[in-house]
Amino acid sequence: MRIVEKSQLMSAPEIDRTLQRLAHQIVEKSGGTKHLALIGIRRRGVPLAQRIAKAMRGIDGVDVPVGTLDITLYRDDLSKVAPQAVLQSSDIPFGVDNMDLVLIDDVLYTGRTIRAAMNGLFDLGRPSRVSLCVLIDRGHREMPIEAQFIGRSVQTSPTEIIEVRLREIDTEERVVLVDRTEP
Amino acid sequence: MLADQLKSAAMTYRFRDLLALEPLTADELTFLLDQSKPFQEIQRHSLKKLATLRGKTVALAFFENSTRTRISFGTAASRLGADTMNLQAESSSVKKGESLLDTVHTLNAMKPDCLVMRHASSGAADFVARNLDIPVINAGDGTHEHPSQGLLDALTIRDRKGSLENLNITILGDISHSRVARSNIHLLAKFGCRFTLCGPAMWVPRELQAIGPPGAAIRRVFRIEEALEGADVILVLRVQTERLHEPPLSANDYILLYQLNADRLRRAKPDALVLHPGPMNRGIEITPQVADGPQSCVLEQVTNGIAVRMALLFLLTAGGAEETVDSHGALNPSPSGPGSAAAEVQKLAQAQAAGTKKDSPHAPR
Repeated sequence: MRIVEKSQLMSAPEIDRTLQRLAHQIVEKSGGTKHLALIGIRRRGVPLAQRIAKAMRGIDGVDVPVGTLDITLYRDDLSKVAPQAVLQSSDIPFGVDNMDLVLIDDVLYTGRTIRAAMNGLFDLGRPSRVSLCVLIDRGHREMPIEAQFIGRSVQTSPTEIIEVRLREIDTEERVVLVDRTEP
Repeated sequence: MLADQLKSAAMTYRFRDLLALEPLTADELTFLLDQSKPFQEIQRHSLKKLATLRGKTVALAFFENSTRTRISFGTAASRLGADTMNLQAESSSVKKGESLLDTVHTLNAMKPDCLVMRHASSGAADFVARNLDIPVINAGDGTHEHPSQGLLDALTIRDRKGSLENLNITILGDISHSRVARSNIHLLAKFGCRFTLCGPAMWVPRELQAIGPPGAAIRRVFRIEEALEGADVILVLRVQTERLHEPPLSANDYILLYQLNADRLRRAKPDALVLHPGPMNRGIEITPQVADGPQSCVLEQVTNGIAVRMALLFLLTAGGAEETVDSHGALNPSPSGPGSAAAEVQKLAQAQAAGTKKDSPHAPR
């Protein structure tokens, strides 16, 4: 199986502008930042949440708390055939009770990650509201889950992969559509 | 700091069983300790129960008495959502003369997903693991090893000291009969720790100096005052009357010569840690003042024990995720250019799967 890059969906400046817009939309829809907190889903939701929080500081002058969530323990596809899943720490340094939480992830696909993330959140308490913000919505949902804040919706086929590359994790910053092809 | 948080998690190991710490490398041990961290966090949640191992069964077979280790493994299993079956030697068929192998085969026929066992004979867990097709965790075999205790001690030390590198470890008491001491030495020696073993001469035989990896710095000292000089960590062992035919010293002489008291503790470094695997004989090997003092880690050890055991049960029975990709399809660790990263990840995964089959001493089938 070969992996070929088909097209670039977002450049670095486009990612930046999109995150600015998402920050504005979240603040607007939440009516301010008072009970707002962002939860980045490991791994690439984490830097995205940090950047959106930074943009919010520019809008409201307020530091919105940011937590990180590792969903490994809540996955529904742990099995024996694959390499060992590696756990990482979740770090949510504030109480989630009565908070207005926004889950942040890079790509929304089947919705299973978000299902797992919500299970993880509800182990910590009872937020007053949970919404979802993603950089890319690529369709093909397997769960009744939708995002309230979407950077960009993209039509994809199931063999395609969306790779969000961020400078905090990867060596470059852009979003690409790649395809798996038989040799 | 963010970069630290995001550090690639590509490094992973497959473990078939956990029978001993001796065959594990420093990297593998670090991996096991790192994997315990998320479970330490869960101990602080008000809701401590996960559903990760729902539907799995952990068999706890304790052919030798145990309270805390059995409760700790049982709690770890239930907090992961697994069920447990319990076998206790004193109330079981073992008393009626059933062989060890028959007993574990019977348990295995009830289809548990993992066996946690303790036995008075060294090597018993290894023997059972070679005869069963499910993962086996050694919860103590005779005077050989107690790997989960070694890990929880190391986790406690690492949390307090920040690192395991190059510490001076003093072990006090009956070292010859102690599987806890052996597991600690096998683990900590791989991080360059130096050991001072101290106790009555018949409990600290010369042979102990050879148990670590080649070149491990292990010395024997028979005066406690000298043994504590410059110590970073003091591991106090229980006087194990059940393994002794005849104690080498009377209790009074033991207290006089080897008890860890506040006065003696002052000879160690001011921030030295005091560990005890429990159960403590207060007033014999340790004074209440030291056991309850600020340097004592005894209760942290107990809490960390659950985290370590949750990590072990998770690693041995949960298996991996179906794909090394996020569920939206992005290949997870992709540090380099297009395509190549994906291929690397898959290669790595295959290599690991193959690797564990042939060259892992702790995965002996």
